[in-house]
Amino acid sequence: MAASEQQGPHTPRGDGPEPSTWKSILPIGFAAGIVLILVGVVLNWIVFGIGVALTVVFGFLWIWDARGQRRPAAPPVEIEPGEEGEEEPERFGRDVFLERTTLGLGALIGVAVTVPVVGFAVAPTFIDQGDEEINIGPMTNFPEGEWRVTHFRSKEREGAVSNRTAYIRNNGIANEVPSFTILSNRCVHLGCPTQPAGATDTDASETVRIPDTFPVTLIPTEPSGFVCPCHGGAYDLEGNRVAGPPVRALDRFNYSIIDGNVVLGDRYSVGKVVGTGADAQIEAYTRFDPGQHVDGPTDWLYPASPQGI
Amino acid sequence: MAVTAGKKSPKRAQLEGLLLAPVDWLEERSGLVGGVKYFLFRNVPRDVSWLQTLGSATLTAFIVQAITGTILAFYYKPDPDRAYASIQHITNDLAWGWLVRGMHRWGASVFIILLFLHMGRVFLFGAYKYPRELNWLIGVLLLALGMFEGFTGYLLPWDQTAYWATVVGININGSGPFVGPFLSNVLRGGSEIGSETLARFYAIHMLLLPGALIALIGLHLYLVVRLGVTSPPWSKKGAGRERPVETDTRKQGLLEPRPRGNGPDATGGDGGGPA
Repeated sequence: MAASEQQGPHTPRGDGPEPSTWKSILPIGFAAGIVLILVGVVLNWIVFGIGVALTVVFGFLWIWDARGQRRPAAPPVEIEPGEEGEEEPERFGRDVFLERTTLGLGALIGVAVTVPVVGFAVAPTFIDQGDEEINIGPMTNFPEGEWRVTHFRSKEREGAVSNRTAYIRNNGIANEVPSFTILSNRCVHLGCPTQPAGATDTDASETVRIPDTFPVTLIPTEPSGFVCPCHGGAYDLEGNRVAGPPVRALDRFNYSIIDGNVVLGDRYSVGKVVGTGADAQIEAYTRFDPGQHVDGPTDWLYPASPQGI
Repeated sequence: MAVTAGKKSPKRAQLEGLLLAPVDWLEERSGLVGGVKYFLFRNVPRDVSWLQTLGSATLTAFIVQAITGTILAFYYKPDPDRAYASIQHITNDLAWGWLVRGMHRWGASVFIILLFLHMGRVFLFGAYKYPRELNWLIGVLLLALGMFEGFTGYLLPWDQTAYWATVVGININGSGPFVGPFLSNVLRGGSEIGSETLARFYAIHMLLLPGALIALIGLHLYLVVRLGVTSPPWSKKGAGRERPVETDTRKQGLLEPRPRGNGPDATGGDGGGPA
């Protein structure tokens, strides 16, 4: 241990000789070898082989070195109390080091546990929140100019809790394309189900069975508007608010006609509607929850919708 | 034991000693008996009344909720297809299920009502003032968490009332500016109420919130023991003893303010508080 004899006279506790520089490379090399092995397992076998070689070589040298490094009986250390020891400036002593290491490691473990857990609790609620396409049956079930209260399931696997209702009116052919008005029945005040104001003929309801889809129920109705039983919100036939606390017009569904079937797409929010039926000018926004303004002086309170991406 | 030997016959004293032996054993090894005595037999102002028991009543209501809720969890199934049926099963089929569910359901209202009465007593008696402000803040947190317990528990029966009340409740929350829409998604576990919501509310209702409540109640009680019970505002004496005549306003509390800095404590005080 010739190299270790350079320790300064002030080494206070005589914990043994400092290893010289080249020897401190040994454990580092060993660790690097382990890292290469782990990386190599994922990447390729050449890296893995290099890792094994490094590990073996450095491991061998490290052991060899440690074997010879039997700690010599503590070399005579000059700690004379009250001598030079007290003059030393505040050291970064072992106790301070241990204290900070403990706190630091504790914090590290805390972060390592908390971040993924909180992320797991929160992140999935914002991912894949779009609507699924729902086939609600042949468009011939919707006579031109008539309303149908349409019950369907938005997510079959969720069961009855995903039962949804839309008010659907066939507006006929406009610009050579079939036109529908499809309103969500959820009140945009706080989400209660609105009802059609007017005769609803439940006896004349028909059930449409489509393969791989939950049966869709169509009920003829002749509304003069839509009203909400919870807090008295009222809407006209285009979904515009006419009374009560709602903050915008009723939400609507995108739709497409596929092989003669009406297929519902994403639900979207509506500021207001000008005109009626096929000629309606719809102020469309991404989907917001009930109670959230999409236009007017207060829409800055809701700059983003979690569903709107 | 020696104390009880006064007028009693030696035989009786012997018997009592035998019965108390396990307690002594426990005390010698843990100090728990002394700790419990210290907690229960504290000095209180001589003019306290039943009004000061509202806090204990609230605690009792909470314990009832914890116990009945734990047992209800044996039978309740937090799954959209079976939640309602399991509640019906508890109420109609199982022995005493109606009773335990009723205790939990009505006990929830009792808990909230007692919380408010306790809060009102503390407010009207001025018991929130120095040095008890922190305990008031903890109490406010307890109230908020208690209300959140009510909100999450309301969904669990999974009937029409539960569902639509939760729809409206979450949408009220969602109309909060900026963060409201995002909080709604976190509460629902997505963009719509569904099985995720039920499971989430169940976990919040029976694990997350009770844990937080128990921790905060512990802190609340610790501060009650440390700071003592306030005298009523009409009391002539402060906490059963003459108020110290003190011109220095900083020194009117129970605690001596500590000198700042890390220098040697010139006053020799230990920072106050019961040892």
